[in-house]
Amino acid sequence: MNKYYRLMLFVLSLAGGSSHAALTIEITQGIEGATPIAVVPFGWSGNGGPAPENIAAIITADLNRSGRFESLPDRDLIAHPTAGAQVQFQNWRMVKVDDLVIGKVTETADGNFTVQFELYDVFGGKQVAAATYPSSRADLRRVAHHISDVIYEKLTGQRGAFNTQIAYVTTSGTVKNKTYTLLVADSDGYHPQTILTSGQPLMSPSWSPDGRQIAYVSFENKTAEIYIQEVATGSRRKLASFKGINGAPAWSPDGGQLALTLSRDGNPEIYIMDVANAALRRLTNRAAIDTEPVWMPDGRSIVFTSDRGGSAQLYRIPTRGGKAERLTFEGKYNAGADISPDGRKIAMVHGTGGTYRIAVLDLQGGLLRVLTDGPMDESPSFSPNGSMVIYATRAGNREVLSAVSVDGRFRQRLSLQAGNVREPVWSPFGE
Amino acid sequence: MNFKLSGLLVVLLIAVVSGCSSTGDKQEGHVSIEDKGTTADGGAMTSGAAGSSSFSSYSLDDPNSPLSQRVIYFDYDSAEITLDGQELLVQHAGYLIANPGVHVTLEGSTDERGSREYNIALGDRRALSVQRVLELNGVASGQITVVSYGEEKPAAEGYSDAAWRLNRRVELLY
Repeated sequence: MNKYYRLMLFVLSLAGGSSHAALTIEITQGIEGATPIAVVPFGWSGNGGPAPENIAAIITADLNRSGRFESLPDRDLIAHPTAGAQVQFQNWRMVKVDDLVIGKVTETADGNFTVQFELYDVFGGKQVAAATYPSSRADLRRVAHHISDVIYEKLTGQRGAFNTQIAYVTTSGTVKNKTYTLLVADSDGYHPQTILTSGQPLMSPSWSPDGRQIAYVSFENKTAEIYIQEVATGSRRKLASFKGINGAPAWSPDGGQLALTLSRDGNPEIYIMDVANAALRRLTNRAAIDTEPVWMPDGRSIVFTSDRGGSAQLYRIPTRGGKAERLTFEGKYNAGADISPDGRKIAMVHGTGGTYRIAVLDLQGGLLRVLTDGPMDESPSFSPNGSMVIYATRAGNREVLSAVSVDGRFRQRLSLQAGNVREPVWSPFGE
Repeated sequence: MNFKLSGLLVVLLIAVVSGCSSTGDKQEGHVSIEDKGTTADGGAMTSGAAGSSSFSSYSLDDPNSPLSQRVIYFDYDSAEITLDGQELLVQHAGYLIANPGVHVTLEGSTDERGSREYNIALGDRRALSVQRVLELNGVASGQITVVSYGEEKPAAEGYSDAAWRLNRRVELLY
């Protein structure tokens, strides 16, 4: 079973019908030891029409995408219970699944829905979780992701990150006439929404800690400028437009400040800007490149890229200012850091021998683990539960996204049907 | 180390040459620079056309003018301007000095390897070194704007050395 799973390119979710820019996710490297689980198609009782969403399929795709679970294929489902009383545990023990998910969707008189689900421990023969959620038609996918989160947390002990989003940049067109688009989609690639389109480069999206705003760099005025934009309304504000580089915006954990790179004093340096009043404080001061700031989760220090030692390496400096401490020593090039939500790991672009791969540094043990196989991987971003790293990579001549588990064992690819996709940034948890 | 030093010497040398030309007779100054270009270039077409007209008559629109070359290329991970690049920049400096109302934008770029914001900084460094050479040759800083696009605006696409070579560049946009 595992072998079959590992070898197949398992297409988990197809691009949504109306959305041309939807990402398609394929699992490209599975892992042995994923927990076998059965998700039975949910029952449906409606006022005539077919079920508006296949909730079980969304949950199945979520769980498989985590790398922690392996769902029984539909054809192997030996029964289709929709309520606990119908479950025959011995049957499910026979097909060797550890856990069983069942449920049903009911259409209410006002045209809304009720989604019920139950999670069972097959060997113990007991219910592990159950809940009922009212939902509008538009929210059904979100409810399904929420159920996936509940299942994931019950069975792994770690918070699920299915009900989250990713921001990314796409490009299409020719070298001379290119369109750059900044989008936000659900973490399974569905529901892509364009938040900005430009004929000039867009780059470096960064989520505010509450997930409501995105800071980014736009060259729409033929020079680099930093904007912050409300995701829901699209309203935006220009935050930095100094002479030279305005780049690499990164929100502080409390959302009150942005770290950014400016070259207005002649050289790329890290500054900290107060989001409310745009007050500016310079953090670094070296005749070298200092850029790509990211905040430690406690807000007390900032990790950044600098070539002050002769080649690009990561350093850490107290947010109040002070001496920068070098963090990376292995490899000629380490840049573009992202910090895990628990502050224990740093993902980075690790360049050695002409290849660029994603590596994760364990800050306590000092061990650097290379997670990907290159040759040109970049822009790592941790999932908000710290279990996965999404990054940009190549498939032939196309730019695609990949996500890899932090142990490097499980990998998936996210690609567009046409065009290039880059700079993925995983959103924080929703409220 | 040696390479860096020799690069620096060339910058200084050209600065001296250009200094002479701006203090002396304009025509003469330009001609001497032009000769340098011809020897290094060796291109019959280019030298012939240049020799037949005076420097100040170079037009931006003339495809035979050295000014039609508006891209300076760089080695990997380097912001050092090659000899050919220096010579080309001297021609552009001459044009900008002769036309103080003209403005040039220097767009710095990198190949696609490595992280994007770091490449913005590298592209900026390249554009600034072009700016420095132009200014050392007498161009007023007010005539120059610098912008870095890093790896965001490649001139050539493709995962190849050939494409990367074309993308490590500074473009002069009039």
